Amino acid sequence: MSKAARGDPLFVYAIVYLIFLYGPVLLLPLFSFNDSIYIAFPLKGFTFEWYRQMVQNGSLMDALQNSVKLGIVVAAISTGLGIFAAKAVTRYDLPGKGPITGLIMLPLVVPSIILGIALLVIARKFLDIQLSLYTIGAGHVLICVPFAMLVLVSRLEGFDRNLEEASFDLGESGWSTFWRVTFPLALPGIVASLLLCFTISFDEFVLAFFLAGNETTLPIFIFSQLRFPNRLPGVLALGSCILVFSFLIVTLSEWLRRRGVQPTKQGAAI
Amino acid sequence: MSGSESFISIRDVSKHFGPVRAVDQVSFDIKRGEFFSLLGPSGCGKTTLLRMLAGFEVPTKGELFIDGQAMSTVPPNARPTNMVFQNYAIFPHLDVRGNIAYGLRKARLPKAELDATVDQALEMIKLPGYGSRRADQLSGGQRQRVALARALVRRPKVLLLDEPLGALDKKLREEMQLELRQIQQTVGITFVFVTHDQEEALTMSDRIAVMSKGKVLQIDDATRLYEAPTCREVADFIGTMNFFDGAVATVENGHAAVDAGPLGTLWVGTGEHALGPRAPVTVAIRPEKVQIGWDRPDQPYNVVEGRIGAEAYLGDRSHYYVEVPGLARRVAVAYQNMARSLDNSSDQGRTVWLSWPPDSAILLPGA
Ligand SMILES: Nc1ncnc2c1ncn2[C@@H]1O[C@H](COP(=O)(O)OP(=O)(O)OP(=O)(O)O)[C@@H](O)[C@H]1O
Ligand SMILES: [Mg+2]
Repeated sequence: MSKAARGDPLFVYAIVYLIFLYGPVLLLPLFSFNDSIYIAFPLKGFTFEWYRQMVQNGSLMDALQNSVKLGIVVAAISTGLGIFAAKAVTRYDLPGKGPITGLIMLPLVVPSIILGIALLVIARKFLDIQLSLYTIGAGHVLICVPFAMLVLVSRLEGFDRNLEEASFDLGESGWSTFWRVTFPLALPGIVASLLLCFTISFDEFVLAFFLAGNETTLPIFIFSQLRFPNRLPGVLALGSCILVFSFLIVTLSEWLRRRGVQPTKQGAAI
Repeated sequence: MSGSESFISIRDVSKHFGPVRAVDQVSFDIKRGEFFSLLGPSGCGKTTLLRMLAGFEVPTKGELFIDGQAMSTVPPNARPTNMVFQNYAIFPHLDVRGNIAYGLRKARLPKAELDATVDQALEMIKLPGYGSRRADQLSGGQRQRVALARALVRRPKVLLLDEPLGALDKKLREEMQLELRQIQQTVGITFVFVTHDQEEALTMSDRIAVMSKGKVLQIDDATRLYEAPTCREVADFIGTMNFFDGAVATVENGHAAVDAGPLGTLWVGTGEHALGPRAPVTVAIRPEKVQIGWDRPDQPYNVVEGRIGAEAYLGDRSHYYVEVPGLARRVAVAYQNMARSLDNSSDQGRTVWLSWPPDSAILLPGA
């Protein structure tokens, strides 16, 4: 960055913006090591106490475990549905393709509180099923599929259709072509979609709040803890862990996405 | 046995995309072991016809036979054809070996035999030692060879090639033309080759089908396409041609006298055409078959006076564009520069005499 750029009002704006965006988040790890249950300056002293409490808190660990399990299953199902939908949309001339795609994407724009109420009504009044992790999972799949599809459609559109035709031409069936050509080429997109869906499910609050039974997920658990001031530092410790973990996931998915650009370019080159 | 006369048989095949007739009622045969080219301008339906042979497009009407077998119910992965795609379609996630061995999975060869086959293929395309390279580490010409090897290791009865040399530079293209022809003669497989480059088609093919707007205009070898085109479109598409419109006046033992308006009467061999008097015809003649001189030649017919409108020096020959009173288009004449000369003064505007013997011109029905 040159000297001229430092005096630039836009540069100052960018710095202020970044502090505004990330400053509050960075307070989390800071206070999670602070030897006081009150979140206030000045800092008292350094401690791992809150991390110890976090690990020993059974219901917190249960909620964490639920969220991780839920996230993994939701990510797998959404990505699985997403890839077949994406293949259908990008490779075949389906009648009514536009409206179908629109309907799949609809949950992106419907407020989740509306979705939550609607799903609750359906689950309890129409289907009469018990609320559980399964109902939360179903709700999460509904909102994750559009994201999975967006990621995978752009990935499938990025590589040459001729590659799949070449595979047919070389004697492979539709199914083996999918596994030998489509899947490996879409793999970076598939991994990105898995990570994205996991993250969405992991911190989703509204749907989980409406659809939760006896077992809660982590966001709901954290929300319930906010009433007890002495539990707050434990939540901060947990938040710090999640922050670091999210950062790793985002970095990983971005790295995969960039790596994935390469074969696309080659495929398009003549 | 279906006989070598028609190894591939295309019977009344049409392909419509909505209102577009990409291929329009085409019928012809390709012989076993032939190097057969589909030649035509962009959008004339070459790729569509090739993709119907490969099985990627289903004919709207008609039927295709390969080696006596009807293809309509045979999916692409069960056809005795393999294709070299225009952009090669090399699998980017596999190395060169992986690409070449891709189509051999079903053959279930033992590992050693598979390796030997791939090595042999690498040898054939002159890329031994390139087996572990990835597609993005190959040049255009090398990718083209890999695509060729990948198709040929499957020993197809027919190899389909869609403008495989289109992306290569001129020198490499000429090299690959020779090599491709050589490989075809070695393996003895029937090649169906799509190109829009007439020179490429003329130098490589046993026979060529000239296509236009979904129709096949003429199927012949290179010499006959050039020297005996059967319609004006083919004559115009292959090389350069001068056309003179007229009507038949008389026909006398194989020659017709054509009343060609401003050019007077032109005598031309009738060829196979049976033409009655007053039939509208076109007389066509190649630039290199017209003699050009300063003086009126001693010849009773096919003599035209004109003025040089433009000239182009090409080294081995010069092109003159001669304006003839009453003709809208200038007559193109090629002149072989046989004598060495450093005289580069312009001949523009000078009066010249054009002439040709009756059998150098071609008679085409219709004006
Ligand atoms: N899938 C398709 N849908 C609609 N129209 C098509 C389709 N494929 C080809 N066409 C049309 O059919 C016609 C013939 O196309 P084709 O690709 O066979 O031409 P081509 O001779 O191979 O041309 P080029 O030399 O440019 O490759 C064109 O008018 C094209 O627009
Ligand atoms: Mg084409």
